Amino acid sequence: MAGYLLIESRDPYEHNDVGPYYELASGLAKEGHQVTLFLVQNGVLAARRGAQGELLARVAQAGVEVLADDFSLRERGIRPDRLIPGVKPAPLDAVMDQLEAGRKALWH
Amino acid sequence: MADKKKLTFVLMDAPYENARTVTGLRLIDLALKRGHDVTVFAYEGAVSLAFSKQAKHANAVHGRDVDQEDHPLPREWIAALFEQAQKTGAALEWINCGLCVDERGVGEAVAGVKRGSPADLWKAAEASDNALIIGAR
Repeated sequence: MAGYLLIESRDPYEHNDVGPYYELASGLAKEGHQVTLFLVQNGVLAARRGAQGELLARVAQAGVEVLADDFSLRERGIRPDRLIPGVKPAPLDAVMDQLEAGRKALWH
Repeated sequence: MADKKKLTFVLMDAPYENARTVTGLRLIDLALKRGHDVTVFAYEGAVSLAFSKQAKHANAVHGRDVDQEDHPLPREWIAALFEQAQKTGAALEWINCGLCVDERGVGEAVAGVKRGSPADLWKAAEASDNALIIGAR
């Protein structure tokens, strides 16, 4: 079992390749890998309740740890209590922790 | 502090164009604060991040002079990363892609920045515990 860190900096409204990236995260988790999807910059917009959040909810339900950069959330005025279930705010330290741990890291 | 690691970051975006630059520099800063040795390979537009002739300017539209505008300069952020490395005893190697530098005429860079080639990136990545490529597309 491998560990993956997938960083998503884009939102699914402007970029239609975000959905397949979510599917990549879900697929890796379903194959038994340890996967974190870290949302940053406009990537956090998709984590708001009512904003096509079902896409991300399915990723979390597939066993992916979904984190949202707390700095990006604050920049956009998104309160943690407005996030969909399954998405947790986290500092950028979470990325560094996983790079230190040797996770295979992908940026999108 | 976690065990000292060697990390490689690849940056591609030109200054002032995308939030990826800020996120990338936040990560590099964090790695240095943790005492990790870091190699940054900057190519394409990212070679302009450390260009030493970046200058602050006034903003006539907003009626601000140079001091009031206090325009942020990426070269100062890069210099601050080198200072951060010194504070924590981390090594920061910043390599600008030489061909990219020549294409853009940005040969003058802040102290500490080196010129190199993709071969240097290959060597750094091989010697690193982990690498993160922050591409522009």
